[in-house]
This record gives sequence, structure tokens and C-alpha cells, in this order.
Amino acid sequence: MAEPVRTPDERPERETRLIGTPFRRVDGRAKVTGVTRFADDLSFPRMCHMRLVRSTMPHARIVKIDTREAAQVPGVLGFLTGKSMPNTFGILPVSEDEHALCPDKVRMVGDPVAAVAAVTEDAAFEAALKVRVEYEPLTTISSIEEALATPEPRIHDYSRAGGNIHKLASLEFGDVEGAFADADLLLEDFCYYEGNTHLAMEQHAAVALPEDVDRVTVYSSTQTPHYVHRALSKVLDIPASRIRVIACPNGGGFGGKSDPFNHEIVAAKMALHLGRPVKIVLTREEVFYCHRGRHPVQMWLKTGFKKDGTITGQHLKSALDGGAYGSYGVASTYYTGALQTVTYKLPHYRFDGVRTYTNKPPCGPKRGHGTPQPRFAWEIHLDKAAHALGIDPADLRIKNLEEPETVTANWLKVGTIGLGKCIEAVVEGSGWRERYGKLPEGRGLGLACGAYLCGAGLPIYWNHMPQSGVQLLLDRSGRVAVFCGETEIGQGSDSVLAAVVAEVLGVDLNDIRLCVGDTDLTPVDLGSYSSRVTLMMGNAAIEAAERAREMLASAVAEQLEIPKDRLVFAERRVFDTEDPERGVDFADACIAAEARFGTLGTVGSYTPPRSPGRFKGAGVGPSPTYSYSACVMEVEVDPATGLYRPIHVWIAHDIGRSINPVLVLGQVEGSVYMGLGEAMMEEQVFRRLPKRLSGALVHKMPSMLEYKSPTFHEMPPVTSYLIEDPDVRGPFGAKEVGQGPLLPVPPALANAIFDAVGVRIDQIPIQPHMILKALDAKRQGAEPRYGPTSFPELDFGELIKVATPAEGGDGRASDELQRKRQESKRATSGTMAERDEALKGKKDLTTR
Amino acid sequence: MLTESSTLTLTINGEERRVAFPTHHTLLEVLREECGLTGTKHGCELGECGTCTVLVDDKPVLSCLALAAEMEGRRIETVEGMQEANELDPLQRTFADLGAAQCGYCTPAILLTARALLDHNPDPTEAETRAALAGVLCRCTGYIKILQAVEGAAAIRRGEDWTPPDDVLYGDPPGTPTGPAAEDTANG
Repeated sequence: MAEPVRTPDERPERETRLIGTPFRRVDGRAKVTGVTRFADDLSFPRMCHMRLVRSTMPHARIVKIDTREAAQVPGVLGFLTGKSMPNTFGILPVSEDEHALCPDKVRMVGDPVAAVAAVTEDAAFEAALKVRVEYEPLTTISSIEEALATPEPRIHDYSRAGGNIHKLASLEFGDVEGAFADADLLLEDFCYYEGNTHLAMEQHAAVALPEDVDRVTVYSSTQTPHYVHRALSKVLDIPASRIRVIACPNGGGFGGKSDPFNHEIVAAKMALHLGRPVKIVLTREEVFYCHRGRHPVQMWLKTGFKKDGTITGQHLKSALDGGAYGSYGVASTYYTGALQTVTYKLPHYRFDGVRTYTNKPPCGPKRGHGTPQPRFAWEIHLDKAAHALGIDPADLRIKNLEEPETVTANWLKVGTIGLGKCIEAVVEGSGWRERYGKLPEGRGLGLACGAYLCGAGLPIYWNHMPQSGVQLLLDRSGRVAVFCGETEIGQGSDSVLAAVVAEVLGVDLNDIRLCVGDTDLTPVDLGSYSSRVTLMMGNAAIEAAERAREMLASAVAEQLEIPKDRLVFAERRVFDTEDPERGVDFADACIAAEARFGTLGTVGSYTPPRSPGRFKGAGVGPSPTYSYSACVMEVEVDPATGLYRPIHVWIAHDIGRSINPVLVLGQVEGSVYMGLGEAMMEEQVFRRLPKRLSGALVHKMPSMLEYKSPTFHEMPPVTSYLIEDPDVRGPFGAKEVGQGPLLPVPPALANAIFDAVGVRIDQIPIQPHMILKALDAKRQGAEPRYGPTSFPELDFGELIKVATPAEGGDGRASDELQRKRQESKRATSGTMAERDEALKGKKDLTTR
Repeated sequence: MLTESSTLTLTINGEERRVAFPTHHTLLEVLREECGLTGTKHGCELGECGTCTVLVDDKPVLSCLALAAEMEGRRIETVEGMQEANELDPLQRTFADLGAAQCGYCTPAILLTARALLDHNPDPTEAETRAALAGVLCRCTGYIKILQAVEGAAAIRRGEDWTPPDDVLYGDPPGTPTGPAAEDTANG
């Protein structure tokens, strides 16, 4: 096996020609000419169409499914029910709680119970309407409170937490009570962040092609073809080597296409059943049922501050409304606590989290995955602390900035931190020092910050393999073919991949051919989630390209009779740095190398560094490095109506280094937009129908008209600053940008509203009636605030106490007894980090 | 279920073609399925998102709400017809260059709507552009690069020498007040 050429932090800094320039994205032309083929744009000979029959009941046993009438519809080809696919699936190995078609019980309106295929889509629609399903209703659970108060009936019965609790987590790093005792100011807040959905413009679609009796190809609008591949193998009970998943370019993802979905699996089953290609395209209403969006989260936050603003410690509790399935929920629960520590020094920290099941579409990862909710709480809390202490909110943050290259109290290793420069940029740009607190009544400025991962440190399922792989094939034409499992969802990953290879080899983007997101042809990349692609794929691509460069350089050096290290790869040539005239065209370099080594191919891969945390829960939060953002928003509020309007947004993002600044700006602006949508209007909410109409719990607004999102009219001007401070862990120093800049936006809005009219809105989205109620309260001398006033009473289970690095901890839970108990369970359960540890332990034993 | 079918001559991107289709099918369905012109997308098929916009007699029309059966003798334009030979339309060029197409899914609708705007208003204000495009939703861009790309394309169409400003390509240089902060500074 090939040894790594160099680890990312050992690579020399090299002058770049393409990296850092605003080149046209490689898929740009295809996208503006309508040539890009999304999943629904595919069709194949004999292709038929499939529809899913979805539950009209939020929680019920399936008594009977009658397809007799439906079978009479002309053109109907076949049906499937849950009996044909008994194996469960789910993105996380700890919560594989979904069926491709529900065999006995439905858990939400929209759960699939049967599938019908027909020659035309019209016939499939009509037949699906004629499938009769008889249900026996069960008690419906609609909220966190109801889930906690209603242990029976259980929506799922596998969770060890019992009742309708999916996950409990309780972690303490250091001594929070001691930190509170040391504080001069203790602040407590209750906050709420409503759920919302991705609303990608493309409706999910999949096309499945039978290749043989037990071999199938699935094209899908998925962000994670590798995980779909695994789910298909499990549910279809076919070896993964006989299943091919091709991720089509996604018409937007934002996290909404990162779970394996029932419709993808059913399409594959139906294709194998019928022996012909099967297509399914979800309606917009069905996309709302797929969901996996932002969890509604209730929060309670308590923080201690010294008079000078120093933070002494924090205790955060979060309660997540998970919906009907696990999805990424265990990770989401930990994410509502994990990143509180990476922006500001937080020497003592406690986090308690709970995720409940409810009879609603499952929540999962949406841009920022689990972190925008606690970030909102943290940043409005800091604004209040600044006022209480008489310190400028910008100064309070600058005073407490986390140190770069340190390990946080909860054992996250942070890299470079550009947050200070980000704050400086938005403070200067917005005229903060001159204008904050001084604008006329009804106008205000608000500041907030955020941080995000550059890729989750651990894969979804436990393994020791790379998280990204890239393969290159070069031939005598000078063409460089690049193979990688990455998935283009609009974020520009194809352009990063091509640019990185082109830069290292000194060729043009036009000399590069990409083959991506195809489990038959490309090395595994885990997919477009957790902002991992640029960093992980980029590093793998650099490794593959540097290996190719070595081979070409050896051959050319031999031919030109000069030392290898004098060769430069640029402008499609390989030449002597001391005598640029002396050299060969890139294609001739390929010819020399092909003659010297045979067919030219290289691979590269990337595995993130091991994180220092060793406690249960330490698997969520680690990342090779973190990106940082700061935002100032200016708003105008009409105190008579509560209507408000963002006037201007200043945002600065710590990008490390831009691979392509114009694409980075697009991600920053898009994040600001999506953050504003959440902050101002977007909400995925439900209501109970009246008793006479079944009493079911239904989605209040499963349409784009009623699910309000910002249009051209609502989007304010945005001033964006890219803060470049290369981080050696990223390719050419680059960090993520797809998610981080969303985080500071909602709290910046809430803080700006306070500056404008002096009231606190402690929940998202902020609606005019909330401002009016808070203004009323202010007039009546009550607390000038709108938001929740309580947090559910519950036992978060066993507290895991971990000594912090400052306390001389070793990253393990400090309770010796608890540690031993965990060790005995390690073989079958626990976090990936723990199992990793256990495996190492075993190895040690055998070698001893 | 309706099974009646129609056969009509449709004029799409300047080309006439005889098309047979179920009479109740929308223009969206007929363009994508019978004509193979999959550049026209859909996001809701209920007239809510604007993704399926095409031009009919130079005006933006939601193809998911228009019946193909009513389209005989009308000029239908889709994204596939925007370029001249192998040359991109100025709108296509600026959209590609500025990353105004990210996932690219709403892009055909926005390009065509923008072209209808520029055809009758060669130098629109930003407010006019926003108003013209507001019927199409985009989830990727925050609309900003789209507005910048339309502005650039309008300039190119007017024959002006347009290159993207630095702040559009690289972001703003830190250090100077912008937006309302600049106005306040200017007003003392």
C-alpha cells in the first residue's frame, strides 16, 4: 500500500496560479444551458413510474392493505408492501429504525405503506389513490412535553432511555457549580428555536435499473451515495458489490438529502421485481414529509461572568423534538451542546440533552446541524451579559476569544481562529463603534458570531478507513481523469476537486475530466455533509495529484537530465525553474512517464486526525479544524405594528484560504439568506385536525406557498468579508464555508431588534406579534421580552464527568467505576471512539 | 382518468414540431417528456415556486400551470434556446462566471425571466430586477449573485465593456464603512 506522500501539515507552502482566483465553476456552463442532468431528467427504455401510498394517520397499526381496486387501473404493473422488505435501515447504526415500507405500524402522516408501479405516472398516481389501507389508530404524540408525559404507546421500543425518549446525554467538563460560585454575574435564559426545513428547489427523485436478477443501479438526488449504497444492501439483502448508486447533481441539498430514503430503496426493489427501470419523483408535499430538517429545540442556559466579562462556566440544557425516526438524531442531540466551547474560552461546561420521538416527519441535519439553536441561545445571552456588565458586545466577545491551537474544556482540538479578525471587519464595516446604541428609535444594530466544523471527525459508522478517496488516471493525451465519490449539491465540490488537481499538476481545468459520486467507479467519499468535502476530498486530491506529479517529475528529470526538484508544473508544461525554456509540454511529460512506469494512475486518501476526547459522546464535535464567522445586522422596526426589515447585513467569514473566492462568497451569501429565512419566517409546524376530521396531527403547511421563505424582495444587501488565514490542515489552507456563515445570522437579528426597540425576542422565528407583545410588556413595566419561560422537568440520566485539559484530565470520564462499566460494554456498544479504543486494547492484550 | 390525446404543432425555440400528448398534460410535462427538453425544471407543480418558468410570446409563464394544448401558434422559449450557436447569451455567461447558478435548478427559470425583463427594459434598476424575478425562488444564492449577474449581463447587452467589480469576486476589503454606515459617515 502506498504511504502518504506528506500529511497536510507537512506540505510546503506553494505559490498558486489557479487556487485563490475566481474561476468559472466547472459545471457552470452545463447549469446555465439546461444540460445538467438531475435525477428526474433521466429516462430509460421501458422505464415505468412508481408512487408510494402514504399514511393518512399520524400513529396507527396497519390492519389491512387492499390493492384490488387499484389493480384495475389500466397500466398498473405491480405493487409492493412492507412484507417484502423486513430489514430496517437508518443513517446511524444506533438507530436503524426505518422500514422501506411500513410493515405493521405507521408513525407519521406521510409514512409509506405500499408502492405501486405503472406504465405512466398518471396511472401510478390514480392507482395509489385507490389502494385502501385500514388503520387502527394509536395515541398521537405531538410535542416534546407530550412525549415526556406519554411513555406509552412507544413510537419505537428500542431506545434504552425508555418511553418516547430517543436519546439522553449528560456531560460535565470541569466544575460548573464551582464556576458559578466564582461568578459576579449569573445569567439564565430560556430560548426556543422552531423547526424548519431545507426546501431544496429540486424534489427528491430516483431511478432504479435492474442489471440482473440480483444486481441493480440506482440514480438518485442524494448527498450521500455511499450511505444509500449501504442501506440498499441491507434492506434488499444483496451484497453491496452488486449495487451501484450514482448520485446525480442535486438541485439543492442543505442536508435534506443526506439520509438514505425509503423511496430510493423501494424503487430498487420494484425494478428488481418488475425487471424494468423504475422512476419515482416525489411531490413537494412528500418532500415536506421526508424532512430531516432543523429540530425544534427548547433550551435553558445559565452562564457565570466575572465583572470584567470573563466567562467562568456554563450549563446548557436542550430538548429536541425528533419526529418519528432516529435519522441523525443521536448526533443532532450532541451537536446542540458540542460547539458551545470553540468560540469563547469556557473553562467549565455542562450539557444535558434529550431527544424525543413525536408523530411528525423526522428531523435531522439542516445546514449547521444541531448547532444554530444553541448558537442562537449563546449569542443572545452574551448580548444580555454585555448590557448587564456595561461592556460593548463586541468587546465582550473579543475579551473571551478562544485561543487557537488549543483543546477546549470538552476536548475539541481547535486549529486557527480567525474570529477576532471577523469581528473587527464587521465592526468597522457597520460603523459599530459610532452607531451601536445610538441609532434613532426603531433602528438597531446587532452583533453575533458562530463556528462550524470542517468535516465531522468520525464517520457515520465505525471504521478505520479513509473518509475520502481520490483516484487519477493520466494518459498520453495529457488528459487527467479524476475519480471521487464526492457529490455536487450546488456548493461547488466539483470545482474544488478539479481545481486542486489542476493546480498541483499545472494544467487547465479543461484538461480535467471528473467522474464523481458513482459507487461502481469512484473511490468512497462519505458525501456532502458536515462541511467535510473541501477539506477531506481536497486533501485526498492533493495526495493523489502529488503522487502523479512525482511520477511525471521522475520521468521528465531523467529525460532533461536535471534534478527533479528543479521542475515546475505550470501552464500545461513541466519545466526547469532555472531555465523555463527548458521543459516539455504536460502531454509529453505524460508520454515520458507512461513509457517509464506503464499506465499512469495514482490514488490519494484522507483520514482526519484522532480527537483527544475518550468519553461517551466524544465522537460528536471533533473536526480537523473549525471555521468562524461574525455578523452585524441592521434592522428597522415599526413599534406600532411589530413589522421589521433587515436593512443591511455585514458578515465576515474565516475561510482559511479561498479555493475560489467568488464561490466562497456565494456560500456566505446563501448562508446569510438561509439564516434570515429561519430567523424571520420559516417554520415547519403541525396542527391537530378537528375530531370530526379524524383528529390527526398534520403538517400545517406542506406547500411552498404556505411555507414562507424569503424572496428577492426580502433579501437585504450583504457586505461580505473573507478573512484569509490559511490553516495547514486544509487543502491550500482552506476551511469550510457552506454552513458556518448561517450561524450568527438569527442571533444578530434578535440582538438588532433589542437595539432598535429595547425588547428581547428569545425565540426563532421572530414574528411581528412577538415584538408587539414584548413592547406591551415593556410599557406595563413587565419584563420586556417574548419567549419561553420554562424548560421541561426531566432526569437526564447518568452524568458523565470529564476532567478538562486545564484540570490535567486525560480525555476520559473521570468516574472510574463508570469507566469500567463502559469498558465491559465496549465490544457491542458505545461511541465509535470507545470501540476504537477497545479494539486497540484488544490488540495490546494479544501482543502482550 | 382522462386518456384523450392531442396532436399539435408547437413552436419551441424557433423550431416547429408535431407533438402528441395526453390532452390534460401541462406545458411542463410536454416539454420535458414528449420533447425531451429537460432544461425546464419543476419545484412544486402548483404554481408556487416559479422554477418551471418558460417564455411564451416573450412573457414569463409558469409551464406547470399552462396546458400544452393551448400553445399552438405561440412562441415557446426554453433555456435550451438561449445560446446562439455555441456562444452563451450574456446572461448565461455572467451567471456562470459569478456562480449565480449554484445547484442550477432554478437557473433556467431565472435566466428566462431575466431575459424577458432585459428585452423590454435594457437598463433596469435593482428594484426593478428584484420585482421582475421575485416570482422565482432560489434557495442557494440569497439572490445576490443573481442580481449582480443580471446587472452585468444588462451592461454587456447594452454594448458596454463590463467586468465584474472586485467586491463581487473577492468580497469587500475590510476597514471601510459600507451600506447605511457609509451613508451615516457621509452625512456626518
